[in-house]
Amino acid sequence: MASVLSVRDLRKSYGEHEVVCGVSLAVERGQCFGLLGPNGAGKTTTLRLCLGLTEPDGGTVELAAEPVPARARQARARVGVVPQMDNLDPDFTVGENLLVYGRYFGLKDRDIRERIPPLLEFAELSGRAASRIQTLSGGMKRRLTLARALINDPEIIFMDEPTTGLDPQARHLIWERLKRLLAQGKTILLTTHFMDEAERLCHRVAIMDQGRIISEGSPRELIERHIEAEVVEVYGEGVAEWGTRAARDSVSRVEQSGETVFCYAADARPLLARLETERGLRYLHRPANLEDVFLKLTGRELRD
Amino acid sequence: MISLRFIPVWRRNFLVWRKLAVPSILGNLADPMIYMLGLGYGLGGMLPEVGGVHYVAFLAAGTVCASTMNSATFEAMYSAFSRMHMQKTWEAIMTAPLELEDVVLAELVWAASKSFLAGLAILLVIWSLGLSESWLSLWVLAVIPLIGLCFAALALTMTALAPSYDFFMYYFTLAVTPMTMLCGVFFPTDRLPQAFQTIAALLPLSHATQLVRPLLLGAVPESIALHLAVLAAYAACGAGVAFVLLRRRLSS
Repeated sequence: MASVLSVRDLRKSYGEHEVVCGVSLAVERGQCFGLLGPNGAGKTTTLRLCLGLTEPDGGTVELAAEPVPARARQARARVGVVPQMDNLDPDFTVGENLLVYGRYFGLKDRDIRERIPPLLEFAELSGRAASRIQTLSGGMKRRLTLARALINDPEIIFMDEPTTGLDPQARHLIWERLKRLLAQGKTILLTTHFMDEAERLCHRVAIMDQGRIISEGSPRELIERHIEAEVVEVYGEGVAEWGTRAARDSVSRVEQSGETVFCYAADARPLLARLETERGLRYLHRPANLEDVFLKLTGRELRD
Repeated sequence: MISLRFIPVWRRNFLVWRKLAVPSILGNLADPMIYMLGLGYGLGGMLPEVGGVHYVAFLAAGTVCASTMNSATFEAMYSAFSRMHMQKTWEAIMTAPLELEDVVLAELVWAASKSFLAGLAILLVIWSLGLSESWLSLWVLAVIPLIGLCFAALALTMTALAPSYDFFMYYFTLAVTPMTMLCGVFFPTDRLPQAFQTIAALLPLSHATQLVRPLLLGAVPESIALHLAVLAAYAACGAGVAFVLLRRRLSS
């Protein structure tokens, strides 16, 4: 399958600080690729480098069959971008936002006006063409930004944390729309730090930390590669002491975070049997997920 | 690289302006007109002729130039800063197939366009009051866009450096206001001490008033090429510096 985006050994420093240190990745047509990482991992800079908005210090980018940054303009004509912060035009209505943005792509007004109704329908904003931006909710603004990114019928859509700050209803609607775009054959590159979002949407994910990709694969592959199949989270009185003492015998790995002990095991049954006899401890038994992988690879310390 | 790609960005600003056109035109016109008529007739009534004409006719050229300068300066500082920094409009534009050079060109041409309206509004008042009756005054219409472009470019360098709106007060207090006093807006520059005259000769507003005043009074200006060249040089240098500073600011 052909890559819509391929990046090799991308590097970028600001002063002494290297923000992107040799990132390579390939996003294939029709795929949803997730770039995961804690705050400051270099995700947004990587996106900006791929779009030709920031000059790289080294490495190559090919986006929509065009070399970037040399022909970034031509590449961006075939890309849609949903930025992290909404930058809709507050002085315009919903419809005017789409019209004005379409003109930036050199599209004719007539063609843009034709595209507006289906795009608004896609964004669940039908009938809101004349609404002012200030009257829209956060979720509606996000959906309008997504519709705006589709004005040029792009091959690939870049989304920087598409659901940050949205309520669960709004997030689910965005996810549903992204799945619909994938079904239409669009390619998506998104950054997120919501692991459920990545697990739900992405065919492939790359976990990034301190400017480097530290692991890459399908969500399932990453879980199998890095983590035991089952997790038992234990809480309650004296859990810390219990965690250091008892758990070691029956599980392969124990991590403590605050008042919770995370026990990782290929088979949790012996541990569960022991927990039955412990009074004062509560527990949650669940399959391992991408968040466990993420925390194992990037650590539990705060990144702010 | 100059190309016509800036036009959709110019049209964006125009569409916003159209929504607020009435207060904008009123602001462009009312304030300078009050100064021109108030000082021109009020103060002018107490004065003998200034520069060989009634004071209000002298002040007319100064008002056209100052009004054009202020309009371009405001647009390229406060409004452009809003679009660049507060609303992130530029960021949205540059994720489309447009580059910083298109945005900068659009901002400069837009600020010059808006200042053209400001200058034109005053000019219409001047004509309708019979303060200028020469056909030569039509040439002012060609000079105003260059004045606008020149001050837009200088203001955009401030925008590139500004951490917040408050920063612009420095430029107004340290550049715009002294320039308005030194450059023959309210009184002839030759009334100033020699040292100030020398400084005034280096400032772009002097060259604007030295072109506009004779044209309004029905004379061909002296040293036309020099005045045009100075305004064009300020415009070109300002635009170049603004572009470099903005590229540095926006790439990090």
